[in-house]
This record gives sequence, structure tokens and C-alpha cells, in this order.
Amino acid sequence: MIEKALKGNRTYWSWVALLCVIIAAGLSAWSRQLNLGLGVTGMGRDISWGIYIAQFTFLVGVAASAVMVVLPYYLHNQKAFSKIVIVGEFLAVSAAAMCMLFILADMGKPQRVLNVLRYPSPRSMVFWDVLALNGYLLLNLVGGWAVLGAERKGVPPAPWTRALIYLSIPWAFSIHTVTAFLYAGLPGRHLWLTAVLAPRFLASAFAAGTAVLILLAFILKKRAGYDVGGEAVRKLAVLCAYAGTANFFLLGTEFFTAFYSNVPGHMHSLQHLYFGLHGHAQFVPWMWLSLLSGLGAVAVLLSPALRSSTPWLLGACSVLVFSIWIDKGVGLVIGGFLPTPLEEIVDYVPTVTEIGVTLGIWAVGLLLLTMLLKVVVDVRTRD
Amino acid sequence: MNQQRREFLKRAGLAGLAGLGAVAGIIPTFALEKTDPSVFSNRPVPGATRWGMLIDTRKCRDGCDECVAACHRTHNVPDFGDSKNEIKWIWKAPYEKAFPTSSRQFGSRNLDGLEVLTLCNHCAEPPCTKACPTKATFRRWDGIVAMDYHRCIGCRFCMAACPYGSRSFNWLDPRPAIETYSPDYPTRERGVVEKCNFCSERLVKGLQPACVEACRGKAITFGDLNDPESAIRTMLAENETVQRKPELGTLPSVFYII
Repeated sequence: MIEKALKGNRTYWSWVALLCVIIAAGLSAWSRQLNLGLGVTGMGRDISWGIYIAQFTFLVGVAASAVMVVLPYYLHNQKAFSKIVIVGEFLAVSAAAMCMLFILADMGKPQRVLNVLRYPSPRSMVFWDVLALNGYLLLNLVGGWAVLGAERKGVPPAPWTRALIYLSIPWAFSIHTVTAFLYAGLPGRHLWLTAVLAPRFLASAFAAGTAVLILLAFILKKRAGYDVGGEAVRKLAVLCAYAGTANFFLLGTEFFTAFYSNVPGHMHSLQHLYFGLHGHAQFVPWMWLSLLSGLGAVAVLLSPALRSSTPWLLGACSVLVFSIWIDKGVGLVIGGFLPTPLEEIVDYVPTVTEIGVTLGIWAVGLLLLTMLLKVVVDVRTRD
Repeated sequence: MNQQRREFLKRAGLAGLAGLGAVAGIIPTFALEKTDPSVFSNRPVPGATRWGMLIDTRKCRDGCDECVAACHRTHNVPDFGDSKNEIKWIWKAPYEKAFPTSSRQFGSRNLDGLEVLTLCNHCAEPPCTKACPTKATFRRWDGIVAMDYHRCIGCRFCMAACPYGSRSFNWLDPRPAIETYSPDYPTRERGVVEKCNFCSERLVKGLQPACVEACRGKAITFGDLNDPESAIRTMLAENETVQRKPELGTLPSVFYII
């Protein structure tokens, strides 16, 4: 089936060529980082994770959101999702692949990555995250590919594919829960040390992920003539609205606990992010942009009149993705390091090299997604 | 034929092992590091030692950083001259930064401008070793939280997990930034994490940690916390002492007299 990704019109190849150029630039940036060390990034002794781990965290959410179409379709027989299920699964594959590339890019010694398997450490959450992410990627790739292959041959999918798909449902929850546990179990990092981190990760993932799926559905309709159906998009918009509401509700509970209890350690990180602390306010404009734009997007999505209008829906989805990307990436991961264990605030600005590697990995993910979806479109629209 | 091949492999393997053993014997750096606890403790029972440190800030002199210099010289700690790429094993920090949760309202005048030594606490419940996905950092039988620089993948999870900011990462190649090279401790490569090792390489030789030796005011006491007869235990029993962030349950092995 993969040959279908190797045939396409001029627009398709221009898009692929553009992605390849960005990938090449990313590789060149990565080789600079490999030669000189991670010192070429904006990360340092105090903010020791930056935009790589931020992208990773955001994208685990996008990957997990495939469950928002898989679960209703396979467990509740929601036929409206029949054409978008495969899009969700392949989006998960691409997002999970990007996650692993971001981890690799963040490592000081990427050549030793297999040490994670050579010296398995079940007490470390990274060990579980590596298993969860790789497993999830395989479940979605194999499950989705087999169902599509059967469809192409005009036969029902093999019974084992259903087992894989059922397994992928709890697995989706597990990948984002384990990712939250990477942070939520560390003493002394108060922004992360909260029991609602995993629920918040799931809520923001389901909001941002369904928003990405809605946007993808429109691109597929416009660019590839593949229509997932209005009913699927309408249902996704509702899921997105409620997941977004849950996300902001959980964020609100964080504010309440920190500020009502008045415990300095619990307040400091939020104070720094949203109001500035000790004269440092690097993240303040970003956090308010994220909060207000996100709340606005959720309000639009909650209104049945507005969300049924295509421009409003597309606008709200784009804004919500952007809002959650700032909140989860910039705010949560980078902001979690501040104040430092010695109560200092330092600034973090990603370097050109770092941004180059980041864009390169995004391009790899988009290329993978483009090729997978090209196969889907060709199989489904060949008649 | 197969039998012969098997024999050959057996012999080759044995010869190889013997060779390695010989190399380890001839070149001391090849031998695995062993600490002899009997040097410091009269209870040489493996597993019963827990090295600890007591820092008497009253004896620590303002503006003196000889312990820091001695440690960094001994361990080939590079100096990049900026805080972003900085690597430090032991350093002086303002009291209110080292003890951020201590009460400062109407505080003692003695605390104004007080600087205290900070280093790895060699916690009995270390969050860093738990977070490490390769066991490249681990708690030794004698309580020292050690690093295997050859196993570390540079994920920096231990840095996120340490609530004391005691860990540093080699963001750049450290070797060109080493002022005077010390042959007694290996240099590191870029891409791995490092931190204070309680001078385990000196303990093997029966020496006190470099910082303890360098301190002219005798402000640092080092010894076995599990030995009730040790000097450090006597001092802990006789003085009011504090640990950094005890509320986190990490059980630091570094104590302070303020």
C-alpha cells in the first residue's frame, strides 16, 4: 500500500519537497548540536529542559487523543466516526514518532539511548514512558494499517486487529498518565507536584487533539477531496468543547489550592508564570494570551450556533491548539523549573539551532502524517 | 569439528578474561573502585556505613572558598565562566536560598548575609536515583549517591528530580575549560550529568574528602552516620542541627549547625 504515498500531483510533491527542505535544515542544526553539545541550546543548569521536552509533552497529548475517535467508534458503534478513525490512528502514529525524536534530540548522549532497555529501571517513570509510547505507536500503526489493507482487498479485517484496537484504548490513557507521572512525582517542583496533573494532561490532550483532528478533517476535504462527514466533525467539536472546559476547570482548581492555602511554595510557580516574581515576568504575556484565547475558544465551541459555522469552528480550534501548546509546553514544562531549588528566577530563550531542530522534527512528523494519510485517501477514494 | 570450535571458544574466552584481569591488576584505573570502610569506621560491616557531613557555619569564614577550589581542582570541574553552562560540585549560597522554607520573619542578625556551603546531600531516599532510567546514578552500599558517567544517557531527569540543585550537566565539552588537570580523577565528556561524589576516590585511599581537608577553620566534619561512636554522631547529639528541605522526606546526609 505504501506505493500510494509515492504517487501524487504537483501540490503533493511541492508539500513533500518543502517538508524535506525543513528536515534537511533540522538535520544540519542537529549535527551542530551533536558536535558542540547541548550548550548550543537555550537550556542551562537551572532550566534543564526546554522546548524539546515541551513539544514532547504536547505531542503525547495529540497522540493520546486518537482515543476520542477510536473509543466511540469501536466501543459505542458510532458510525459517524467510520471515516475519521483511521485519521486519528495515523495522527497518533505521527505524534508518537515525533515524541520519540524530541526525546532523542534532548539527550546528551543519544548514542546510548538503548541503555534504557539494557538496564531496565522500573522505578523510573521514563522506562514506563518509553514502553508506553513505543507500544502505542505500534498498536495504532499495525491496527490502522491492517484495517486499511483489508478494506483495500474488500475483505473484513482480521479478528486480531480488533484486539489491538481495544488494547489501544486503555493504552491511550496510559501514555498521557505516565507522561504526567514523569513530572508529578518529583519532590520540590511544586508546579508539577499535583495530583490533578494527569487528569489535566488528559483533558488538555483531548481538547487539543480533537481540535487538531477537526482541522485535519477540513484540510483533507479541501486538499484531497476526502470527506470524513459533517456528523463526525460536529461530534468532535462537542467533545473538544467539553474537554477544553475540563482543562480550564482543572487549571482553576490549581489556582484555588495554591492561593487559598497561601503556601508560598505552591504559589511561587503560578505567581511567576501569571504575574511575575522577583521582577521576572518573561512568561506573563504568553500565559495570559494562552488563558484568554483558550477561554475564548472554548466559549465559541460551547455555543451550538458558533461551532456549526465553519469559520468560527476552524478559528476556535486553531486558537485552542495554540493556547494549549503555550500552556503545556512553555508554561508547564519550562515554568516548572522556576523558581529554581535555590529560589532563583532565570530566563530561557531558545536558540536558532534549537528552533531549527524543533522545526525539523515537526517536519518529519508532518511528512509521516502526509504519507500515511495519502495512502488512506487513495485506498478510500480509488473508485 | 563443532567440538573443536567449542573448545577453542572456551579457551579464547578464558584467555580474554585472564587478560582483562591482568590489565586491571597492572593499571589501577581499570580496577573497580572499592571503598574500605574500616579506614573510617570500626564497624567494617558492608551495608552498615552511611557517610555523612556536618557543616558548622559558625566556623565557615566569610569570603573564603578554599574548599570549593580544592574540590573543583581535585575533580577536574571545568569553569565556563557563565551561570548557564556552569558545573559545580560544592558552592556557597546565601542562607535564605539554601534554606528557602526556614522562617525569616524577625530573623536573627547572624543570618544577614550568611553564606552556607551547598553540595549533594547524598540523601538516604534520593529522588534522583529513582528517576534515572538507566541506573547511571545509584545509591552505594555506603550511602554515597554515585554516578556512572559511562552509562548516563544525558536525559537530565535526575536534575529535574533533585530538590537541591546539586546536579550539573556537561552542556559543552568540559576538557578545554579545565584550568589545571588533576590526574587523580577522570575528566568527563560532554552530555553527561555530574555532581559531588563525597570524594569516594579519596575514601578508598583512606583520605578525608578534599573539602574537609582544605577547610582551615575545621568547619566540616565527615564520618559514618551509622556509627554511634563517630565524631559526627557525637556532634549531632550535642548540637542543634538542620538539614535542607527536610519536609521532602529525602533524608539528607549533610547536616548544618547555623
